[in-house]
Amino acid sequence: MLSKQTKEAFLGPLNANNPVLVQILGICSALAVTVQLKPALVMGISVTIIVALANVVIALIRKSIPMRIRIIVQLVVVAALVTIVSEILKAFAYDVAMQLSVYIGLIITNCILMGRLEAFAMTNNVKDSLMDGLGNGFGYAMILVIVAFVRELFGSGKLLGYQIIPDSWYEAGYSNCGMMLMPAMALILVGCVIWAHRSINDKEGK
Amino acid sequence: MEHALSLFVRTIFADNMIFAFFLGMCSFLAVSKDVKTSAGLGVAVIFVQTITLPVNYLLQVHVLAPLGLGYLSFILFIAVIAAITQLVEMIVEKVSPSLYSTLGIFLPLIAVNCAIMGGSLFMQQRVLLDPENVKAIANLGDAFAFAIGSGLGWMLAIVCLAGIREKMEYNDVPKPLQGIGITFITVGLMALAFMCFSGLNI
Repeated sequence: MLSKQTKEAFLGPLNANNPVLVQILGICSALAVTVQLKPALVMGISVTIIVALANVVIALIRKSIPMRIRIIVQLVVVAALVTIVSEILKAFAYDVAMQLSVYIGLIITNCILMGRLEAFAMTNNVKDSLMDGLGNGFGYAMILVIVAFVRELFGSGKLLGYQIIPDSWYEAGYSNCGMMLMPAMALILVGCVIWAHRSINDKEGK
Repeated sequence: MEHALSLFVRTIFADNMIFAFFLGMCSFLAVSKDVKTSAGLGVAVIFVQTITLPVNYLLQVHVLAPLGLGYLSFILFIAVIAAITQLVEMIVEKVSPSLYSTLGIFLPLIAVNCAIMGGSLFMQQRVLLDPENVKAIANLGDAFAFAIGSGLGWMLAIVCLAGIREKMEYNDVPKPLQGIGITFITVGLMALAFMCFSGLNI
């Protein structure tokens, strides 16, 4: 049903060519929104939608964009999409929108977007570009969810706002690791995820 | 004046763009391999930030807010940033070719540096704060203080990391952790160190 190239465009970014772990793109927001699982999920979904749509739009008009001003054209397309998503979030999920604060606006300068538009959508057809956008979005969301899962579970003993660690553990002397809530831990966790990812992939490669 | 000074120092240390907000992370990680190049990029960021942020401040206060066009701010800000980087690139190329050869390659990168866009978006939030608040940006002077402070903080961070990475070349790091992995953990430890500034009050 799907050609090999299309499949590759979708599956590649999920593991071997992950935007966060391998291409080191879109780090800023990946670190900043991961204190809790819910904003991380919302952020992941928003970025997926925006990357997929931006890829489609740019792939549609790629032949009529003059090379010299392509960066500005790409930025305007992305900024328009981000504005729409931001307004929708403010209307339907106000709390999360406030929690994400400037990081929604910063999707515009998220390197995943510019990177995919430049590297893929400018030279490929609409269908492949859509799959590439979805793949990269999911790859990004996956890392966000992993990091946020660890930070929320160990930092505040909750998942999605519901308490997971039972009260009896707290009575027995267990306490939350407050360091998980600090910005520094996000960096160290992503470092560890990269470490694990590399060592697994190296073994497969041999 | 006192407020602007306090805002300036706070923005460099306690509210450091990298260690507190993770802004401008991509170029921060990619370019911090040696001290000289990172200092060049740092200067370029200060330069562009000091021009774009006050311009965006004036647009926000005198155009967007009175007309109720707040939802257009993303498009307007990014257009201003892209246009100004382009302009700066052209002017620097004409006026000082030697500066252009050091900064030149970084200028296009800066248009998509989140620290620049993030600075403008934070400014948009802080304009609304109570003027007594240390974080508030109440006038053009404050906007300049915030712009220079955030740029300097960013440069400080990238130069420190580049210095550490140069030394780390000689360390025996586990193979899968080499390169980007250990850099992340280093930045994490640096962020912990910078947290001691968070109680800073002037």
